[in-house]
Amino acid sequence: MSDFIIALLSTLGTLFILLAALGMLRMPDFYLRVSVATKGGSLGVGLILIAAAIYFSDFGMTTRALAILFFILITAPVSAHLLGRVAYLSKIELWEKTSRDDLRGRYEREKLELKGKKREDEEDEEENSENGQS
Amino acid sequence: MNITDFFLFGILPLLGLAVLLLFIRFLIGPSLADRVIALDLMITVGIGIIVVYSIINDQPTFMDIAMILALIAFLGTLSFSYYLKQKAREDE
Repeated sequence: MSDFIIALLSTLGTLFILLAALGMLRMPDFYLRVSVATKGGSLGVGLILIAAAIYFSDFGMTTRALAILFFILITAPVSAHLLGRVAYLSKIELWEKTSRDDLRGRYEREKLELKGKKREDEEDEEENSENGQS
Repeated sequence: MNITDFFLFGILPLLGLAVLLLFIRFLIGPSLADRVIALDLMITVGIGIIVVYSIINDQPTFMDIAMILALIAFLGTLSFSYYLKQKAREDE
């Protein structure tokens, strides 16, 4: 019974990893590739780690497997977000069939910072005050 | 069929195939960010391979190496993104 659960979990994890690798090869765009890599990779490795924890069935090994799983689940979205943000800043092009780009024109390229709504209001106020003075 | 044989002949070749596909993307990736994300996923699959290898050989010690590899992968992606950001700042 335990062997069956281990085989099932590891097969599912391997299939997820294989689908992530195939998506990395087939996806047309950098941002779609980041999405596929993060979700598929962390889910697949997580399932394999759970299978290893069940196989060893030892307190130390279970703790180690869960620590690795926790660490991957924490760090994968962070690194994907950093890479996606930097790729958008360095003007890597989106797929031509992308329907909407919410960040278009909202990045200050010189400061490399996101231009929020508050900053736009401040600029408007400054313009108004300058007009009033002149 | 033994569970060890299943891991050795069923799981490990599929993970190797995944690494091969990722390596193709690493070679042909149009930009540097594509290569970085392919390398990141290759290290993540490498963690899975180390775990499967420790199950095959019944050596629990290899899991520590997987943990260290996860740490190094995160630090590598972080420093690569910092480098890309500096390069984007210089290009402006």
